[in-house]
This record gives sequence, C-alpha cells and structure tokens, in this order.
Amino acid sequence: MPDVTKTVPEAAAEEAAVAAAGGPLPETKPEKSRSLWGDAWADLRRSWIFIVSSVLILILMLITFFPGWFTGVDPVLGDLSKHYLQKPRLGDVGAPDWLGYDQQGRSVYARVIYGTRASVAVGFGTTIVVTLIGGLVGMIAGYFGGAMDAVLSRLTDVFFGIPFLLGTMVVLNSFTNRTAWVVIGALGFFGWTQIARVMRGAVITTKQADYVQAAKALGASTPRIMFRHILPNTLAPVIVVATISLGVYIGAEATLSFLGLGLNGVSWGNDISDGGAQIRVAQWIMLYPSIMLSITVLAFIMLGEAVRNALDPKMR
Amino acid sequence: MAELSKNDEPQDATPNVSEVDVVEARSEDEAVTRIEAPVERGEPILQVRDLVKHFPLTQGILFKRQIGAVKAVDGVSFDLHQGETLGIVGESGCGKSTVAKLLMNLERATAGEIFYKGQDITKLSGRALKAVRRNIQMVFQDPYTSLNPRMTVGDIIGEPFDIHPEVAPKGDRRRRVQELLDVVGLNPEYINRYPHQFSGGQRQRIGIARGLALNPEIIICDEPVSALDVSVQAQVINLMERLQDEFNLSYIFIAHDLSIVRHISDRVGVMYLGRIAEIGTDEQIYDHPTHPYTQALLSAVPVPDPDAREQRERIILTGDVPSPANPPSGCRFRTRCWKAQDKCSQEVPLLAVPERFKTSDAPAAHESACHFAEEKDVVHAA
Amino acid sequence: MTTIEEVVPVPSPGEGGADGTPLLEVRDLHVEFHTREGLVRAVNGVNYSVDAGETLAVLGESGSGKSVTAQAVMGILDMPPAQIPQGEILFRGHDMLKMTGEERRAIRGRRIAMIFQDALSSLNPVLSVGYQLGEMFRVHQGLSKKDAKVKAIELMEKVKIPAAAARVNDYPHQFSGGMRQRIMIAMALALEPDLIIADEPTTALDVTVQAQVMDLLAELQREYNMGLILITHDLGVVADVADKIAVMYAGRIVERAPVHELYKRPAHPYTRGLLDSIPRLDQKGQELYAIKGLPPNLLRVPTGCAFNPRCPKAQDVCRTEVPELLPVTEQDGTELVGRASACHFWKETIHG
Repeated sequence: MPDVTKTVPEAAAEEAAVAAAGGPLPETKPEKSRSLWGDAWADLRRSWIFIVSSVLILILMLITFFPGWFTGVDPVLGDLSKHYLQKPRLGDVGAPDWLGYDQQGRSVYARVIYGTRASVAVGFGTTIVVTLIGGLVGMIAGYFGGAMDAVLSRLTDVFFGIPFLLGTMVVLNSFTNRTAWVVIGALGFFGWTQIARVMRGAVITTKQADYVQAAKALGASTPRIMFRHILPNTLAPVIVVATISLGVYIGAEATLSFLGLGLNGVSWGNDISDGGAQIRVAQWIMLYPSIMLSITVLAFIMLGEAVRNALDPKMR
Repeated sequence: MAELSKNDEPQDATPNVSEVDVVEARSEDEAVTRIEAPVERGEPILQVRDLVKHFPLTQGILFKRQIGAVKAVDGVSFDLHQGETLGIVGESGCGKSTVAKLLMNLERATAGEIFYKGQDITKLSGRALKAVRRNIQMVFQDPYTSLNPRMTVGDIIGEPFDIHPEVAPKGDRRRRVQELLDVVGLNPEYINRYPHQFSGGQRQRIGIARGLALNPEIIICDEPVSALDVSVQAQVINLMERLQDEFNLSYIFIAHDLSIVRHISDRVGVMYLGRIAEIGTDEQIYDHPTHPYTQALLSAVPVPDPDAREQRERIILTGDVPSPANPPSGCRFRTRCWKAQDKCSQEVPLLAVPERFKTSDAPAAHESACHFAEEKDVVHAA
Repeated sequence: MTTIEEVVPVPSPGEGGADGTPLLEVRDLHVEFHTREGLVRAVNGVNYSVDAGETLAVLGESGSGKSVTAQAVMGILDMPPAQIPQGEILFRGHDMLKMTGEERRAIRGRRIAMIFQDALSSLNPVLSVGYQLGEMFRVHQGLSKKDAKVKAIELMEKVKIPAAAARVNDYPHQFSGGMRQRIMIAMALALEPDLIIADEPTTALDVTVQAQVMDLLAELQREYNMGLILITHDLGVVADVADKIAVMYAGRIVERAPVHELYKRPAHPYTRGLLDSIPRLDQKGQELYAIKGLPPNLLRVPTGCAFNPRCPKAQDVCRTEVPELLPVTEQDGTELVGRASACHFWKETIHG
C-alpha cells in the first residue's frame, strides 16, 4: 500500500489505495517491471527456432574469432602430394584430411573453417552499414516529410531500381584489391533501400502516435522526439529485416566470390567457384563450403523469423 | 459556391468575451516574466479570438495544388477564466479536437489569436514559447496510445523535467515523480513499470501525472474519460476535480458526453461544424438552451431512467452532419434545423445574446448563434 | 460477411414456440480462451432467454463477457483459441451447439442476425451496397439480379436511407457512419430473422445519430416481432429500449431484472454502483460516486464473489463463496417476477 500524503482527502485516499494495489486483486507475488523488449526476450527463449539458430550462430562466431581452436592447419598451405585425389576420411573428425584436399593439396576442412571469417565479416559489416544508412534516410524522410521526403524517397526508388548484384559487380569490378571493406562498401551502397523503406513507414506511423504529440506539447526538441520516442518504437521491424538480410548478404558475398568478384583470400565463395571446375572428380571441394554457406544463411533467416514472431505487436 | 465567400468571414467578436489586454513584450525576458506572473481567480487567463484552422485539400503527388479546404475550425472565440472549467461539446467533426491542438500549439492556426495572459502564443517563440508550454498541458483521449510503450512510468512522468530542467533539480526528480504517482492515486513503487502493465484507468492517471509535473495553470483535456469503463470514468472525473482544487488549475474539457461535461464544467460551449453555436454557464446551456442544435443534442442523450422514455420529448434530427469541406452557407445548422428559413441560408448568425433577451437577466440571456433563438427546456420536459 | 450458403432446412418458425419455449435460451454457458498467459474464463455459467418481440439488454463493462456470449450464440467465435466446455444454446428448443456446421449456418443470418459496432469493417469495401444487400436474396431466395436490386432498394427505404434508388450502387465508404449502421441493419433484416443480436450498435455514433438508429431498430423490431439482444455498456441506451436486463460482471450474470425495476431498486451492489456513478444531464450533482478499484483481470479473478474487492458491502463470506444467481423477493416474501441477484446480501441491497 502506498503512503498516501496528508493533503489527499480521505475518500480519495481510499480510492487511491485500492487503485494503487493494482486493482482489486489480492496480488500474491508483486508483478515485476516488464519492458516490451523483456517480453520479447521471454518469448524468444521459449522458441526452438531461436534456440537452434542461436546455437548455430554461436558456433559460427567461435569459428570466426578462434579458427585455431578448430584446426591447426594453415588453409593456404598447399601440399601437392595431397592434392585433390585425396578423398575425405569422414571418420577422422576434425583432422586436416577429414573433408579431403583440394586440387592444390590444401585441407578443405581448414579452408571451410577459415572461410567463415570472410562470410561473417561481410555479412555483419554490410548489415551495419545498411542499417545505418537506411535507418538514417528512412528516419529523416519519415520524420520531416514534405520536400525532404519526396527527394529522399525518390532517391531510394532510384537505388532500389538498380539490380543489387549487378550494381555491386560493376563497382567491385573496378577494384583489383578487394578487401572485406571494399565488398562491404559495395554491398552497403546498393543494399540500404529496403531498410530505408521499412524505417520510413514505421516512422510515419509512430510520428502520429499520441505520445509523440504529448512530447511535442511538452516542448521536447526534435532530436529528443526522434531518438527517445520514435526510434525505440521503430526498431522492431528494422531489427527483423536486418537479421534476415544478414543471411542474404552472406549469400551475396559467396555469389560475388563465385563469380570472381568477391574478396581476395580464403572464402567459401572462392572455394565453391574453384570446386565447380572439379565437380566431376572431387565433389567434396565444392560440397563442404556449400553446406556451411547454406547452414549459415539458414541460421540467420531462422533467427530473423524468431525475432519477428517475438516482436510482432499483433501477437500481443 | 457564391455564398461561400460570405460564409468564410469569421464570426465577429461578441460583446461578452472580455476585452483583451494585449501585452506587447519588448524583450524575451519581459515576455517570460509576464507568463510567469500569477492571474487572479476568475480573471481571464486564456482568450481565444476568431480562431481559424483550414486543412488544405490537395491533389497531385509531385506538384500539389490546392482544390479546397476542410474548415475544421472557422472563427471560434471564447475566454477561459482562472480556476474554472470550460466544457466544449459537439459531435465528431465539429472541430473540438482541432481547437485543443491549436491551443497546444501542435497545429498552426490559419488565422486568429490565442492570448495567454495577454500575449498571443501563436506568435511566440524561443524561451517565451517554452514558458507557455510549461503552463499549458494536455491530457489525451486514448490512454493506450498516449504513453510511450518503451519507456518506464518513471521516465514518462519525469520527461517534463528533462525538457524543462529548471523545474526540478536532477537529484530531486525521482522523488518528484513518486510524489506525482501518489497524487494521482498510483503506488509510487510502480515507477519502474511499463505502460502495458497497467489498465486503462491507471494509464489515464499516468497521463494526468505527466500533465501535472510542471505545475501548469491550464490543462486541456481531450475526451479524457471516453475510452474508459463506466465504473472507472467516475474515479478519473473525481480525481480531476480534486486536482483542480488542490493545484488551482483551469480546465478546458472537451468531450462528446454531455452528462459528464455538465458534471465537471462551470461554463459550456457547444460546437457545430467548426463554430460555437451556443455558450454559457452549465445551467444556461442545459436548463435554458436557446439554440436548436443544443436542444436537439440534449434531447437525444439517453437518460438512465426508463420511466422517462415515454414522456420525454425527443427532437430527432434528420440527416448527417455536412462535410466541413463544403459547409452550408449562412447558418451551418440550417440543413438539419426545423426552424430554418431563407434568412438562415443568407446570413451567418452571430454568436451573441439574442436581441429579445438582451435586456433580461434571465438564464436564457446567453450567447447563442441563432436567428430564431428561443428557450426550450428539453432535459426536464415531462 | 457475404459468404452465404444455400438454403438448408431449418426449424420452422412455428415449431417450438407454442408450448412456451423461449425463442432463444442460453443455459449454463461457459467459454474459455487458452492464451499464453494462462486460461481465461471469459464466460462462466451464463443463463438468459429472449422471447419474440422482446428486448434483452446485456449490460457490462469491458471483459465482462457480454460480447463473447453473443459471439458464442452466433457461432462466430474463433475456436481455438476459444472453447465451449459446457452449456447449451437453445434456439426454439434445439441445441445449436449439437448441430452440424451446416445446420448452424442455416440459422445464422436467416433466423439469427447480428449487428456490429463497426459497420465499416463489417461491409465489404469493394462491393456496392446494393450488391451486398441483394446477395442475400440472390443466394437464399434465388432471385434474379434485377429483382434482387429492387429488393435491396426496398430494404434501404425501410431503414430510411434517403434517395435509396440513387444510392444503391454506392460503396460503403461513400456513406456516413450513421448510414452505414443503417445498411448493416438492413442486411440483418433482409431475411426477416427471428432474433437480432446487436453488439454496441450505436457506440461509435454521435448522440443525435445514435437516437435515430436506436429508434429505427425499435420500430423494426415491433414491426417484425423480432427478439432483440442488445449488448451495451451504456445505461442510458438500455433505459431507453430494453424490456429486461442482464448485468454481467467477470463472466457471470450478477443481476437480472425488468428494466423499470432495475433502475428503481437495484439488487446487486455492482448495479447500484454503476447507477450512482453516472453523472446526470438534468442536474449538476455533487462529487460522483465511484466504484473503487478496477475491473478484474480475467486471468486472476478474485475468489468468492468476483466483485468483492470493489464492493462496499463485502464480508468474509463474499471472499470465500461464489454467490449463486437466486430469485429476489419482496420483504414479505412475494416473488418479484423476472428478478434475480447473485449477491450474498441482496436483501440488504434492495430493501436496506
């Protein structure tokens, strides 16, 4: 029961006390503070899709940051005595010859492990770039509206109209030394439109909410309204789209590498490309990076799906 | 369409809204000082003159051109006195919520003035506007959308202090928020909860606490109880009345529920299609209405007394409210009025005490915008 | 809204009515919802009945179960999540819960029709109003397109839509809120049903329009001698049109009474509190009486009488024993026809 101040008349105090008790219910255990994010998290923990995908992603992260834990072999060390005629020994789990050797005598297993880093780096990097650019453009267009919106929306349409892979290929083609940054930049440059559109829509909806009007009536500044009221309420759909597109960017990186326009260095796409030439004599060179790629993309798309279910306001 | 131009002229200021003592502040400091100065009880604190808000209707996407305007508010004048409650009633589309938004400076007025302690707030900016914002607060209709779902109750009620840090020093805020929760009848320990953990009535209390945080002088309530259950409405109404006494507040209470407006208001204005049809004390409006629209409105309210249903006279209006984009010429109510004559379509009736009651001090002598105003008690009629 | 099945044999209008069987009788109805937070018992043993030509008002606040009961009667509950573990819904003596889907569909729309609060979302926005009204006749009575349109215009005239013939080809969004509600009423009336269930039919409308629509509904009810179940939270509307009232609270009926009796002498503290807490139009009044506390959360309904934490008369027995809905009598023991109260202290409430 609250400590009702003396100024409050008694009748009101009684009314206040009852209302304060959270209604007439004899609450045995006091309800804890539950934010909407907290509710979503509680939902996520119960979802098997989320558990499976996050375990997979956790393993991928470990591989990315600590490839040495999984193999002691250098992925670029070629031992021609062990070239691709050496087939996988599936019984030797974790050994250099577990998944066989490629045409230059490099361990396919080691290459799969070290190739993870490129894919994950490009996936995360691109998603961050895309979310920042798209989020900013969408926020400004949605919040200010009018001419600003017209200009930014048309700009978004123009970029949306450029075929995503074709665009990145054209850009990457002009680079000879394609580092991860270059690939991220190219993918991000053409990929931000979807987030921008999602963000703009969410901002326009949220902008009309009474609590935004209330903040304006209090005299809140524009940055305050944007970052404290609008942004937290528009984040949910953006997170969902970003998570799902993370998988898509990993796939895109592999596609670019396959076409010879991806990163220089160890990457699944490069290996799939190389393996393609040997597919009739040594299927494993292409098979294992492909399996890893599929699992990775699937894990992020499943995660996005689980997050969508947990954040969808229609469900609550 | 020819009549429209005549129709567009705002209503003349009526003799009964008091003279505005216009303050021309020479500096921002002076403006702020004036805004902070107290007003005697019963003196005008807010004076609205010929307020107009037209929303342009446009066509085309890239090259917009205006094809007309929705005349949401079309010449509204009234005074709000310190310490009183002015009720504004009307049906949907009459412009009552737009008036609230204009008073809160959430919409820009097309024309007209809003004087707060003699200064036109539609022309203020900077510190002076901020000071006005501190003194005029709002309680919203829908307690489910007026609170940010991602903020705790403590952050919601404390936000006014973040925006106006001079009101409460930082270390003091948590205590102030808890005090406010207590004042509106909520447990101060709920400070870390989120809005969705509360019921509608409790949320409306949170909204009221936010409105009180800056010690405002005026609170504008836009349908504050219409989204609540009947048994909870009474609690919130009582709370608002208690707070008015405790904090010396003036209310503008906008609602469509005529019974609740009568209960809480000292004076009542009836709006129809962007204009005030009739305004007076609650007794004048409810017991001695002279405008046919007020009479129809009052007679249509279902009375919770089954014995009255055979005896009560009902004025059932025909048709619907015309579109505010194309309002009727002359008197806007004439298309649904049983008294309408040629004069009503040609001349806009002024909001003034009708000629025949001018000399009397009977309750019927209050402002009514009708050419053929006549008293008719529809509420007590047996 | 517009999927209408072919004609299926239904209990004929005469059947059952003669021996005093009510038009519709709900017996011990229970409805539950399985939500992720737990089991919600939305309706907990509701009994009511309506006769032809009679208006029953079901009064209650949000969460009282008034709408869920009506949806169960109409057979439009989504199952799952809803479940009806117990109870009977007798239409002219036949239990609708035991009927096949086809038999129920034959009754729905033809014998029992429903009017919703939100007319706009209940009408199909891409079909003209005339087409939607005419569909009833085309499907159920096999009329030609042309004849159906004539019938549709007749119906629109019946519900007093001005210039019906000119507006028959208009779309729902071209009508105002009040007119759309009239169209809904016209649709409900099209096949001259025996019973109409109106769920908050005027809540979304303005007062002046509300009065028009309620008048129309009452007039048509008299003309066709229909039963009407009016679901509302508005004590004013109830006083205007109802014959008898069932007051619901937390999934149960807490009081039942003829309309005049209820307003004069409520026999349940909740009803009394509601009546005292509404401000009056004809007098200024002092501070409003307020029922303290909040409507119960259906996940955690209080033990005993659900109203006990908010009740000024609550004693220990109210916290432990659920009061049954029992007949109410005069002080001298003479029965008050049609009255019942689910309060341990109804005597004190009505006579004290």
